[in-house]
Amino acid sequence: WKALRRPLSTVKQVYSFKEKHHGDLQGAGDQSLFTSLYTSLAQQLPREPMEWRRTYGRAPKMIHLEANFVQFKEELLPKEGNKALLTFPFLHIYWTDCCDTEVYKSLVKEDMLRWQNSLRAHGSADWVIIVVETNDNKKKNKTNILPRSSIVDKIRSDFCNKQNDRCVVLSDPLKDSSRSQESWNSLLLKLRTLLLMSFTKNLGRFEDDMRTLREKRTQPGWSFCEYFMVQEELAFVFEMLQQFEDALVQYDELDALFTQYVLNFGAGGNFGWSGLLLRRPIDMEKRDGIQRGEASLLDLRSYLFSRQCTLLIFLQRPWEVTQRALELLHNCVQELRLLEVSVLEGALDCWVFLSCLEVLHRIEGCCDQAQLAANCSHTVGLWAYATDKLKSLGELCGLVSEKEPTSEDLNRTVDLLAGLGDERPETVNSLQSPYKKLKEALSSVEAFERHYLELSHAAMEMYRAIGRLRSARLVGKSLAEFYMRKADPERAETFLQEALKSYVSEGWSLPVTHTRKQIAACQKLLGRTEDYLQTSALLAGDVNLTTEERKHFCQEILTFAGKSGDQSQKVTLSMGVFTQLTRLQFRPATASVHSGAVLQVELTLRCLMPVSVHIQQLAASIHFDLERGGTNGRSKGTQRQTNPGTVEFHQSNSSAGPPSSSAAGPPLELDEIQDRSPSDNSLNSTGVVCKNTHLVMRRHDSHSPPDTPNCVSPPAVAMKEGAQMLKVQDVTLEPGNNSIIFTAPSGQPGTYTLRQLYATVGQVQFVLPHIYPSVQYEVYSQEPQLTVEPLSEPLLAGLPQMVKFTLLTGHYTVKKGDALQLSNTDTMPILPSSSCTARISNPAAEIIFDTYNVLSIQSSEKVTSISLPPTPPYHTLEFHLEVLCLIPSGDERPANERLTNGEVRHRPRSYSHPDTPMTAIDQRMSIDCPWSIYSTLLALTFYIPFKTKHSLLSAGNRKYIQVCVQNVSDVNFTLAEVKLTEKQHATLELQSLNTKTQQLLCSKHSVFCLWEVRWKDDLPSCLQCVFSADFSPLNQDISAFKPFHYQFQFERVTTLYSVRADILPPAGEQHCRSGLLCGLEVCITRLTEPAEGELAEDSKTDTDGLKTTKLMYEVADSSSNWAVCGKSSGMVSMPMAASATHKVQIEVMPLFAGHLPFPKIKVLKYLPHTAAVAIQPDPDSCVENDSLSLLDKALDDQGDTASIRSRGSVHSVGSGDQQQKGVAMPRLEPFSPGQVFNHSYTQQVLVLPATDDHIMEVNAT
Amino acid sequence: MSAFLHTSLDVVEEKISAVGKSLGDQRELYLGLLYPTEDYKVYGYVTNSKVKFVIVVDSSNTSLRDNEIRSMFRKLHNSFTDVMCNPFHNPGDPIQSKAFDGIVSGMMVQTG
Repeated sequence: WKALRRPLSTVKQVYSFKEKHHGDLQGAGDQSLFTSLYTSLAQQLPREPMEWRRTYGRAPKMIHLEANFVQFKEELLPKEGNKALLTFPFLHIYWTDCCDTEVYKSLVKEDMLRWQNSLRAHGSADWVIIVVETNDNKKKNKTNILPRSSIVDKIRSDFCNKQNDRCVVLSDPLKDSSRSQESWNSLLLKLRTLLLMSFTKNLGRFEDDMRTLREKRTQPGWSFCEYFMVQEELAFVFEMLQQFEDALVQYDELDALFTQYVLNFGAGGNFGWSGLLLRRPIDMEKRDGIQRGEASLLDLRSYLFSRQCTLLIFLQRPWEVTQRALELLHNCVQELRLLEVSVLEGALDCWVFLSCLEVLHRIEGCCDQAQLAANCSHTVGLWAYATDKLKSLGELCGLVSEKEPTSEDLNRTVDLLAGLGDERPETVNSLQSPYKKLKEALSSVEAFERHYLELSHAAMEMYRAIGRLRSARLVGKSLAEFYMRKADPERAETFLQEALKSYVSEGWSLPVTHTRKQIAACQKLLGRTEDYLQTSALLAGDVNLTTEERKHFCQEILTFAGKSGDQSQKVTLSMGVFTQLTRLQFRPATASVHSGAVLQVELTLRCLMPVSVHIQQLAASIHFDLERGGTNGRSKGTQRQTNPGTVEFHQSNSSAGPPSSSAAGPPLELDEIQDRSPSDNSLNSTGVVCKNTHLVMRRHDSHSPPDTPNCVSPPAVAMKEGAQMLKVQDVTLEPGNNSIIFTAPSGQPGTYTLRQLYATVGQVQFVLPHIYPSVQYEVYSQEPQLTVEPLSEPLLAGLPQMVKFTLLTGHYTVKKGDALQLSNTDTMPILPSSSCTARISNPAAEIIFDTYNVLSIQSSEKVTSISLPPTPPYHTLEFHLEVLCLIPSGDERPANERLTNGEVRHRPRSYSHPDTPMTAIDQRMSIDCPWSIYSTLLALTFYIPFKTKHSLLSAGNRKYIQVCVQNVSDVNFTLAEVKLTEKQHATLELQSLNTKTQQLLCSKHSVFCLWEVRWKDDLPSCLQCVFSADFSPLNQDISAFKPFHYQFQFERVTTLYSVRADILPPAGEQHCRSGLLCGLEVCITRLTEPAEGELAEDSKTDTDGLKTTKLMYEVADSSSNWAVCGKSSGMVSMPMAASATHKVQIEVMPLFAGHLPFPKIKVLKYLPHTAAVAIQPDPDSCVENDSLSLLDKALDDQGDTASIRSRGSVHSVGSGDQQQKGVAMPRLEPFSPGQVFNHSYTQQVLVLPATDDHIMEVNAT
Repeated sequence: MSAFLHTSLDVVEEKISAVGKSLGDQRELYLGLLYPTEDYKVYGYVTNSKVKFVIVVDSSNTSLRDNEIRSMFRKLHNSFTDVMCNPFHNPGDPIQSKAFDGIVSGMMVQTG
């Protein structure tokens, strides 16, 4: 027995070549033996899988081998060059159950030899001999039997030259024993192994042959169809091995090769267009065609695809089928075009349509509904393609129209249907075959519409379901075109608008233009005038169109606009499509004028129309806001926040092009961030963060730009009639930028906001519903306002100074005869000037009446009247006036102030200003203005340029007065006519010791003046002096000199005591020596008789009737030249009589050598408390030392300020708390300067160094 | 033409979202063939910042394989990056770069 291995695929598969299988039966062999084993062998052989190791590094696979057993016939052995793989005998088996040696020798061996020879002759080395032995056989021939093994051995030695595995023993196959089972299994394994070995070998050889053949494809005479059949054989083998993947690879290779072949050589011929046929696993009809080399390109493609489809469905990859189908269809169409195959018009469309539906049908057949729905994305392409093709077929056959098809159309249809041929037997009985569908669709207008709509909607639904909205809209747009041809614009518009919306929102300008044109046609048909005109306006301004087209649409609008007015239908359109407001400019640029003034607004309009358009009226409505408090704001007119004079309106340039960068989003808001470590605050990292990412990063294509031109449908434009308007009549807008100037109303004060813009062209009105950003201008009304300010800072008192009067007239018109009335004040007279002129300027600060208007100034006793020149409203009137602020003479007694209490308000008060060393005076002015019943109160600040000090100097009984004038201003002055007068005592003579009549007083410098006081009888104890001088700024003539007065007063001027001191060297010495005690003799002498006041004040009557006063002296050396030894202070009781003298001895010691100044000797008044009279303290010891030191300090202070202490009572030092602590405590009081004259004040004494002082200090520098 | 360019964005979005889910930023920028039609082949490419490039090739042009298209996209992307790096370029404005134009028209000529 020989077995022909035949791998089987699934049981259901019925292959056409099955019938060709042929069996092979061993001649002398026992056919009944094999027949008895055949069934179980055929069943059990494929049961166990075998690992199939493959050539060319392909991955091993487990396969089940199934075999077909055929009786051996020599003519069935494959000849050289055989290409048939399916019918190839892979393994030859010789079955025998011979156990008799004789029989073997006589018959079997011979037969085996013949068999072997014929195998060898055909080059087949794949064989096996199976010896079946049964116990029955053994028993039957027990006598002349050789041992069983000897037969096998014999066969092995005869045939199996070193290939012992080529002979297998099968024992008792029909018995059910373990031994027979084991032998059976090992036989199966052996058969599988050998079969697989042979299969692999032969398959490899086949593949090699095939490759060789393929390499020859460039040689002449090579036939693709021949090669096709060879490689398909391989594919069949793989398919039967259920290696669908490998089978598919074969077809894919063929496919690719064919593509190449088509491109290189071309394959033409006539063909039908009956479409793909996928219902049979193998289209034998086409296969035969190929085998005969008669197949057309479409046939070959169709056959290839049907095979691929079958395999892919086996592989459960139906979605790949759809994808490949689409590719195939595209590809075929391309190839036919490339090969310039002439086909009947529409034939390809038929083929594609049928094929699409066939593929879809095939897929639907192998998937359930849920799977289909989930995989729309794979099938939708086919649906859309079929829809497309059906549409173009419909158009070709005159089915897409209102009318019935013409006879020409009908002829074409008939030709097309004829090309389809008869319906295939597979589908004849199905109700909805693609063939029937196409036939029906082409049969009538109505049927076509039904089928087309069905397909379109199916495709759209699927696209929507998978989120391909754009694709859905494209199908919709195609559907709209269909409706338009069917004269059904209403339905078409819906689809078009939807498509337009998506194009607009994503900024696809060309599709926008295209769709818009379709919409325009639609709207025109529908008679929707307003919409149509709006669309026309959009299209007229669309740069994607040709100028001709744009002119056409523009003309559509103008034609409508030009229709006679009796047709009362007015149309309002959005302005943005017609012309764009790009810029708005105010003149003046502040956009803020006073009421009644001229304000111009210049609009820049970019007209988008292709031709110039005449506009009857261009108007902008205004919203008016009455500004609260706008009429009485004094400073509002000037301080108001003004608009920028120019407003730019940004918008996307046209409907074309992507949104421009201005619409690209808000500017970045960036912030710096610093990350600091929490422990030591050191910087870890720093960076920049964008705070408004959510705005910046927002998707821009998902929201439609806000500007109107791109809007799908024109927005509902509402016209709001405003009370006030900017209007221009009869303007012609040229294409491009136009400038139009309006004059804005500015009657009432308030805020005017421009709201809407209208352009009227006949019956058409274009409206810009919102002007954004909002544009405002303001009209204000202002109260007259008068200010007075220094012409130059600072104003100096005492000198004529220029002040500037500024009058903002506001709404007030200054008429001829209007005058300012200034109330005169004593302290600040107004200096009349003949050359006082006024300057008038308009709001733009241009001087308009610079005619040197001389102001007439008339002064009466109480008022100064300044008559103003006539001035228009909202102008500025300026003039300068010279005023003089008198310097207060300085000494104002408190009594005076009290006396003038009623008018203290008017008296300027001086104060020290923190910014300047000069003393400031605020000078108030009261002005009556013609526009108001109230007086205007204004203040000017003047500064006194001088500081004056006075002091009293004494020399014994003689008295001197010193005045120091300090210039604290920044101006240099000349000082002249320096005088000092005493007011009360005529006999008193003040002799000037000043030599110069004029003196320079530079800035920040001082001048000292000195007078000696001479008197005849008595020196008055109180002197009231007036210092006067003339001053003028340096280098000015004498007329510029102004007086300066300074009043002051001295009290207790008379010298009461003189103090003399003498230092006596130690005994026996001629000079004092340092370190040795000397005597200090202090002699206090009363010089004058007591005055009346003094007696009353602080004297007491002694027991002997003599009036005495108590004095306290103190010796203190502040410079550490002297050491006071023993008592340094003491009390003396002085008789109140002239020449009364008291001497005191004090021991002092000089500490240094040289000319030493005398120690300081102070004399103070000692005032025992009146209540403490009874307790008479010891004159020498009652004052404690610490109280003295306190005195010492206080006295020093007193000395510094003594010169200015010109008024008021003299307070006792330390009186404040000491008196309250103990009533018994006496008081000390210093004398007024000049009351005590100290002769030793600058005296010096020579002190010699100590004798034993050998140390000499040398300072070398 | 631009209509199906527009529809090809559908597929771009589909692919981006599909890729985005699986691989994060390791994704391939080249999206491959988006949208075969009878007459054209539409290829897509998306940069990391979601800038989309689309190349449309005539279906009859078989000389351009995936790899050529890929390298064309890469070239285009590089040139586009250069344009964006120009400090004087305002993102969002139409590109007015001679270099970019040169690259693009160079590719057009090359592909015939």
